[in-house]
Order: sequence, then structure tokens, then C-alpha cells
Amino acid sequence: MTATDPTAHLTAEQIEELGRELDAIRDEVIAGRGEKDAAYIRKVISAQRKLELVSRGVLLFSIFPPAWLIGTAGLSVAKIMDNMEIGHNILHGQWDWMRDPKIHSTTWEWDHVSPSDQWKHSHNELHHTYTNVIGKDNDLGYGIMRVDEDQKWHPFHLGQPLWNFLNACFFEYGIAAYDLELGKNLHKRRRKNPEFRARARAVGRKIRKQVLKDYVIHPLLSGPSFLPTLGATFTANLVRNLWTHSVIMCGHFPEGVQVFERRSIEGETRGQWYLRQMMGSANISGNKAMHFMTGNLSHQIEHHLFPDLPSNRYAEVAVKVRALFKKYELEYVTGPLPKQVFSAWHKVFRLSLPNKKPKVKTPDSVRELVAA
Amino acid sequence: MTSTALRGRAWKLLEMVTTPLLPSDYLDLVSPLRAGADLRGRIESVHPETDDAATIVIRPGRGWRGHTAGQYLRIGVDVDGVRLWRAYSITSPTNRQDGRVTITVKAIPDGKVSNHLVRRATPGTLIQLDQPTGDFVLPRAKPAKVLYLTAGSGITPVMGMLRDTEFDDVVMIHCAPRPQDVIFRNELHDLVADKKLRLTEVHTDRDGTLDIARLDELVPDWAERETWACGPAGLLDAAEEHWTEHGVQERLHTERFRPGIVVAGDGGEVTFSSTGRTVDADGATPLLDIGEEAGVLMPSGCRMGICFGCVTPLKAGAVRDLRTGEITEAEPGVLIQTCVSAAAGPCDIER
Ligand code: FES
Repeated sequence: MTATDPTAHLTAEQIEELGRELDAIRDEVIAGRGEKDAAYIRKVISAQRKLELVSRGVLLFSIFPPAWLIGTAGLSVAKIMDNMEIGHNILHGQWDWMRDPKIHSTTWEWDHVSPSDQWKHSHNELHHTYTNVIGKDNDLGYGIMRVDEDQKWHPFHLGQPLWNFLNACFFEYGIAAYDLELGKNLHKRRRKNPEFRARARAVGRKIRKQVLKDYVIHPLLSGPSFLPTLGATFTANLVRNLWTHSVIMCGHFPEGVQVFERRSIEGETRGQWYLRQMMGSANISGNKAMHFMTGNLSHQIEHHLFPDLPSNRYAEVAVKVRALFKKYELEYVTGPLPKQVFSAWHKVFRLSLPNKKPKVKTPDSVRELVAA
Repeated sequence: MTSTALRGRAWKLLEMVTTPLLPSDYLDLVSPLRAGADLRGRIESVHPETDDAATIVIRPGRGWRGHTAGQYLRIGVDVDGVRLWRAYSITSPTNRQDGRVTITVKAIPDGKVSNHLVRRATPGTLIQLDQPTGDFVLPRAKPAKVLYLTAGSGITPVMGMLRDTEFDDVVMIHCAPRPQDVIFRNELHDLVADKKLRLTEVHTDRDGTLDIARLDELVPDWAERETWACGPAGLLDAAEEHWTEHGVQERLHTERFRPGIVVAGDGGEVTFSSTGRTVDADGATPLLDIGEEAGVLMPSGCRMGICFGCVTPLKAGAVRDLRTGEITEAEPGVLIQTCVSAAAGPCDIER
């Protein structure tokens, strides 16, 4: 918990009013959702598929260096599009309203080793409901890092810059392990749990399929270009992993983002929930291409307020949301990608070392003392 | 190895190449109407019939199995980005040379799909199709005498029959408000001129609705005719009564268009059809809570409408979104978030 509460100046009524204003923004977008939005996602999906097809086609000749470069670049972008603007957003149900069974949160599967239904549970349900609540939102540090002064330090944390780097390189596996809650479930007692085992098997199947496709079948199809194709796919996966890891770090780790105590969300109102999303997320500024390649997670604040609005609408929503931040005198954490990435990494390094207890007691612990 | 087995293997390999997508996801990009694809069609042209009715010419995909005269077709059309399904009678004959099929649509007030098709549909648009169905059809053996009794857009399945099979002795009584509201009027008059049809037009704006007792006067030998009737419920009820009274009900075939109107109320009886439980619900309690209280296993997550972990098919009836007040009616493929939806009248949840 930060030393001072940046929302302390707001009264309960103001917070509820803020909630109503945000609801109004949401209703407006929903009322205007239509043909153009549907055309947008269809166009993106079709472009992604074509790009992937062409890139894989070019990689059949990746024995020639220019073909390797073009194919690898294309495949990296295609994989990023699949995971970010398409997969992440469809799995949020952002396009369910179209009633197209092929573009629906219940049927979509993505180019990722974590099966989409498991990811939906840990991401949509746990992370988005309990955003930045220590002990409830495992996205905070992914269970391997210390991300707040208030968290207990352990010598294990000395290595967290390294853990974070490795996690970035193999991010999709990190996510799969995380969705499985591997750390928790590998304990002797839980390992045998049939439900966990079924989920672990599903992950295993997905990994097998993904690996087979990327590292066996496509290289084999390339014949003499076997090794270059293998290297190209590995590179594309690496690029995608590093990129998505960076974007996601920027969403909740940069300095200025608040974390919350478990008890602070008891009996939370709609307004308070909105406020927590506002204070717990950070944006990335940039041009249209940047927003597209981050799957519009550059509008992380807006996404956390309205996770089910179509991603192509976040840019226009952001203007209104930002005005509300100003009106209610709250800090809208945003900045260009390099700055945000640096800020997030800086925190990872800083918190790998122990710190003194924060000076100011949080209201929660005060209440606790009184109660005791 | 047989060729089907070989093809099966090749397909499996292809699936490995395209995982997590399917090969068809890529093939759909270039050839959405190919054999083996989900059944779709392409709108090729739209011809106005009256002020508020139009005929849509559709080229069906290769998987189309053909229809029998009188059958209807369910189509899925994207209106304002939302896929909506409706059923329309097929008005083209079964032996149309170019393999196209037509449906004829009358725009009904506030009808989302019908208005879209009549006024805004454009050639080239891809739509979703189901195979044709319905047993309001002509028999294999030709009856000697035929009567068609129709009103309004009830003429559409009958037009499919008229264009498909010629009979020696055909009489038609058709009701419409005014002459200019009679769909296919020119074609009907051509048939009359060729002596292929005897036609009585009832213009209800002037003559009032058809009194079934007048049938004796309009078609004295009606009881000897094999009759196909399609129109509003009032007309069909009267006809069924009349035919039964005279003990010839087996000669009467009727087709009722499903009334597409769900009256959205406040709360209602909720059926969880998979579990077989029925409970009363008010209009303010989320269906997720209603189901859980009734002991139905309901999937859930955030319980506040953000995670989509609770989406469940709505099989029948209507629900209200507790956040926006928006009403969602049951249609094939419609899923609702049970944590933010309440019963708006009786409904059926697949759980
Ligand atoms: S339980 Fe999360 S959307 Fe319904």
C-alpha cells in the first residue's frame, strides 16, 4: 500500500456519482455498437489469417536469408495479432453480441499453450474481478515476484529480475502454468486432485499440438529449410512472448499504480469497484499502430473499467474516461512504451531488495488495531 | 487403404498444420460456398414485389440438398452486426435451372430482419442457411382438384407450389388489403389469362375479412378439393373449423407462421430444461441466483457481468439485462449472462 491514499479526497457520494458517469459511457457505446464494429473484427481476423498463411508460405524457403527475415517478421506480427487484438478480446466476450458462433468467447481457441477456457477463468474471472488485490489477484507478480513494499520480503526475491526475464522469454508457458496454479497445485495433496489432473492434461494436449505444429510439422514441410523454419518459429514465439509480457507489465506494474488489501474490497460498491480499476491500471500512449499491436491493452484503464466493450472503441472511450480522471482529480497513469517498461522493470529491481516498513499505517490496519 | 480413409488422414494432418484453427477457417476465406463448408448462401439480387415486399434471390452453397414445394428455409442474416435467424417460405420452383432459390419477404412493422431484407439487403452479401424443412407440401400423387386459400404473405409457400407443379383444376382465394398489396399479382393474372388458375381476390380494405361461410358461393365444390391454406391464425382457425364441420378435415393442409412476438413481462416461470426444474422468478433477481436457489448447477465467475463465465443458452422466452434494461429474446445460438439477466416473462435456460 502506498503511503498516501490518492483517492482520500473523494466522498462516498462522489464515488457513486463517478460510477454512474462511467455506466453512462458504457451504455452509450453499447447502444451504438453495430455493423461497423462487426466489420472491424472480421477484417482483423481475416488479415491475421492471411498474414499467417503468407508468412508460413514464405518460410518454406527460409533457407534464403531474406525469406527467413520476412517470414519471421510476418509470423511474429501474426502471432501477436492472434493473441492480443483477436484472442484476448474475443475471449473477454467483447464480440459475443454479434451472435456469430465462430467469433464467440465460448468457441474461440488461440495460438497459445494455455487452453482458452483455463485462461478465461484465471484472467477474466480472477484478475479482472480482483484487480490488484494482494492475495486475490495472482497477476500481481504472477506469484513469483514481490510487487509492493507491503509484501513480505524473502531472499528468493533477490532473483526476481531474473525470474521476470525468464518469464518474459517463455511467457506463454508461464501463463499456462499460472492458469493451472501450478505452484499451489504441485503440493503433494493437491497433485492427485482429479480436477487439477484433467486441467493439466488439457494443457499437455494443447502444448503438444502447438509444439508439433511450430517445431515439427511446419519445419518438415519446409524440407531443406527445416532448420531455418524451426529457428524462425522459435524467434516468432520469442518475439511474441517478449512483446506481450512487456505490454502486460505496463498494465499494472508501473510506478503510480495502486495495489489493494484483501479487506478493502469487502462489500465494495459498484463505484468503488470502478475506482479500484482506475487506480489499479496504467496505459501506454502512442499512435494507432501501437494501440493495435497491444490489442488495445494500451488502453488498459478503459479495458479494466469495461472489459467487455469491443476493443476498437477504447480509444474514443479513453477521451471521456480521462476527462473523468481530471474532474475527480485522480492520476491517470500513462506514458510511452519505453518509459512504462522501464518503470515496471525498475520496480521489479527495487522490490527485489528488502525495504523498511512503510511509514503511514493504512486505514485497514488501523481498524484492525482498534478492533483488537 | 480406402480413399475416404486416406482423405481422413490427410485432413488430420492438415488440422495439425492449422491448429488451433481448423482448415475450414482458412478455406472459408476464399470459398465460403464450397462443398463441406457450413451451409451458406449469397444474395444475388433483390426484386421489389410490392411497397413492402421483395423477393431475394439466393445462390446456396454446394451443400444445399434442395427443397420440396411449400417448404420454408431458415436464414441467418447480420443486421447491425448481430446475427438474427428467421424462417421464410421458398417461392422458387424446385427445378429452377440456375440452381438459385428465392424467398419472398414482407416487411412487418418493427421487424428487424424483414425490413433489413426488403429495404437494405445488397447483392453479394453472405447469409447463413439451414436446409429447407416443413411438411406443408404437395403430395406425390397429383390430386384432381386443388384449392389454395391464402392471405397476405401466406401466399408465399403457395406461390412456391404454383410455380412448381401444374394441376388441371386449380382455384385460389387470396386476401390482401388492396390490389396493390397482392404479392405476385401480375404473375397470378398471367396464370389466369393462360387458364391455368381461377383466382378470387378479396380486398379486405373494401370487402372486409373473408367470411368462411362464403366459400360455398365462391368455390361450390370446395369440399372435393385438396386444400392448402396459409395466412393469419384467424383465417386458419375458421378454415379448420369449417372443414371439420363438414367432415373433410383430411383434405385441409394448413401452415401457420410462428408468431415471432414474445411479450416481455416482468418476471415469469423459469425452466431449467437440462435439469428439468421449473421455478417462479421475479423481474429483478438474476437468473444465476434463481438457478442456484433451485439447486441447478450454474456456471459462474465474477457475478457482476464482466467475466462471461456464466454464459448459458436461452432456449425460449425473453430476459432483461439488469444493467441496461435491454430485452433479449430466445433464438437459436443466443447465450445470455445469467448473472446480469432476469426473467422477462416465462423462459427456458439450458441448464
Ligand atoms: S459470472 Fe461473470 S459475467 Fe456472469
